[in-house]
Amino acid sequence: MYSTFKRTTAALAIGVAMAAPAAAELTGELRIFLDTSNPAPRATMEAMIERFGAQHPGLEIETTVIDREAYKTQIRNFLTADTPDVATWYAANRMKPYVEAGLFEDVSDLWAEPEIAENLASTKGALTIDGKQWGVPYTYYQWGVYYRKDIFDELGLSEPTTWEEELSNCQKIVDSGRACYTIGTKFLWTAGGWFDYLNMRTNGFDFHQQLANGEVSWEDDRVKQTFANWKQLIDMGAFIDNHQTYSWQEALPFMVNGEAAAYLMGNFAVAPLRDAGLTDDQLDFYQFVAINPDVELAEDAPTDTFHIPANASNKEAAREFLRFVVSADEQTEINNGANLGQLPVNAQSTVDDDKFLQQGFEMLSSNSPGGVAQFWDRDAPAEMAKVSMEGFQEFMVKPDNLDRILAKLERARARIYDN
Amino acid sequence: MTVAADASEQESWFHRNQQRIAPWLFLAPGMLFFLVYVIIPVFQSFNLSLYEWDGLGAAEYVGFRNYEDLYWEWVDRDAFYISMKNNLIWLILYLAAIPAGLFIALFLNQTVWGIRLYKSLFFFPFVISQVVVGLVFTWFYDPTFGLLNEFLGFFGLGPVNVLGDERFVTYGIIFAGLWPQTAYCMILYLTGLNAVDPEQIEAGRLDGAKGWKMLWHIIIPQLRPATFIAFVVTIIGALRSFDLISIMTQGGPFGSSRVLAYYMFEVALSEYGFRMGYGAAIAVILFLIMLCFIAYFLWSMYREEKGR
Repeated sequence: MYSTFKRTTAALAIGVAMAAPAAAELTGELRIFLDTSNPAPRATMEAMIERFGAQHPGLEIETTVIDREAYKTQIRNFLTADTPDVATWYAANRMKPYVEAGLFEDVSDLWAEPEIAENLASTKGALTIDGKQWGVPYTYYQWGVYYRKDIFDELGLSEPTTWEEELSNCQKIVDSGRACYTIGTKFLWTAGGWFDYLNMRTNGFDFHQQLANGEVSWEDDRVKQTFANWKQLIDMGAFIDNHQTYSWQEALPFMVNGEAAAYLMGNFAVAPLRDAGLTDDQLDFYQFVAINPDVELAEDAPTDTFHIPANASNKEAAREFLRFVVSADEQTEINNGANLGQLPVNAQSTVDDDKFLQQGFEMLSSNSPGGVAQFWDRDAPAEMAKVSMEGFQEFMVKPDNLDRILAKLERARARIYDN
Repeated sequence: MTVAADASEQESWFHRNQQRIAPWLFLAPGMLFFLVYVIIPVFQSFNLSLYEWDGLGAAEYVGFRNYEDLYWEWVDRDAFYISMKNNLIWLILYLAAIPAGLFIALFLNQTVWGIRLYKSLFFFPFVISQVVVGLVFTWFYDPTFGLLNEFLGFFGLGPVNVLGDERFVTYGIIFAGLWPQTAYCMILYLTGLNAVDPEQIEAGRLDGAKGWKMLWHIIIPQLRPATFIAFVVTIIGALRSFDLISIMTQGGPFGSSRVLAYYMFEVALSEYGFRMGYGAAIAVILFLIMLCFIAYFLWSMYREEKGR
């Protein structure tokens, strides 16, 4: 689990060439905790830390990689005892408990630096609580509809842009004996993605955020309209059967086997779909269609972040590391197709050639005027996310229970936002 | 000579009281650990259930509000009600492991060639981890690729999505749990059967008892101790059912397979949880339910001992 990076002379030479001239010599120990436990992200991060270490030979860097799921519970312990200097986490409401408990360091000073202020402006909102910034983003990725182009061609369909087209496409897919969408809601959050899109398209980004912040009733007619739109899809059999028993990975074969035509998912679904044998000719991407023409398009683009715990011992080195992580070159490097395969957050960095990353970047930078949301379980408080996603799952299986579900969510809202 | 006399005169307090102290000395480490890891946390949980605490900030005293919330969940037939109901279903159906274990034990208690192999095969599910049991049954129940629906298909039935249907899910998990639990009860009865007095059986046979009569009047009464232990472990096992639910459904679909232990974990420790006080309140309720059974077991054990 632990690995300390040794600095070779070769790396040192590169480091000296790249080091910013103004940077003071950093000394002491820098402890970094990562949740990037999958092999590819892990290697990416370790390589990045090695490059950072090469620039700062006086710094003793110790990296700990913790299993992603285990990290979610362990972070509560290590932020209070045995604190690292840098830790990964997620933006928006997901970091709020730690900000409120005073466990994250205020890094507004970093965001005041022109280099960061200008190039990371698009993600500033997601890192801001109470007017201060509490971390820096290192990667993000688009959500959207990944679909089987060959099936669309076979049925003579084209990428939809309006809700009517979406529904008529879907009807044809259903008539051909397939499901329009695969989805696995066993772990609930996938249903949250559908709710995000349907609600943002029906009522707009601002309304969606108000709902996440508990400012709107769940029994509001606008919310009901979102569910009415959702019900149209459910009633026509758009989703695969038994999705409540599958995880998102277990739902992939339905698309690979051609039993479902599309998947509303984050960009991380592309790698397993390709691994399963789908070529780029078979696989394509489109932005979730507009439903209500009066609202601007908004997108989900979850951002993963680095934070400095308030109890960190080497905050100076930690700040330098954060600067390094968001720098244009590093962003280009760690987010390229061979590494994380996601989108860089620095406006000066380059997006990998991958067709999905290019389309996603294009969509997020020029076609989401409404705004960029994190994701339902990061925008809403954890407790509300949990009950509501359970409600979404129930709704997808038993749409007739809607009134009971909304009443339950409304009761939960009264309790959760009350204090 | 003089030395020995001196020693007996100066016999220390410890030496004089050795007989009385020794058992306590032997008990001390166990009691210390029991106190630190069981008794004190029990009272800490009682205390914590009166607070609202997210595990990070300061705990806020809220009196019995957590219990009040549980009460409303009960009235609304919400998560708490479902957990209690499922716990009850577990409690009742899990007991099926006892007769099932008994009959398998009777069946295996014969001297046939290779019986040891059969015994180990029947005992096998208890040896493997609950996690594996959960995964195996999850695949077995899979609505698209699972063996169960292939099987039902032969009879033109199904498909049934056992783990995705709130009407079946609890029964499906209990059935999976019965597999290892039956093996456990079986092994208890197998050892019990070794202790059955052959003379009584002989006497019974002379009196013309056989089959069911022999079983009911001669064998089962002698298996009383085994039955008692099987009863205790099965009841406790049913009340703390957690791992299978966590593996197979995560309490889903939409919370319909929760039991108290899993619900407590969910609200207090899972990804979206961290309502420590609320979790503690659920734990207290579960503890009180268990206490009823444990008190009953202790009482009947005491009665048994006294009767001898």
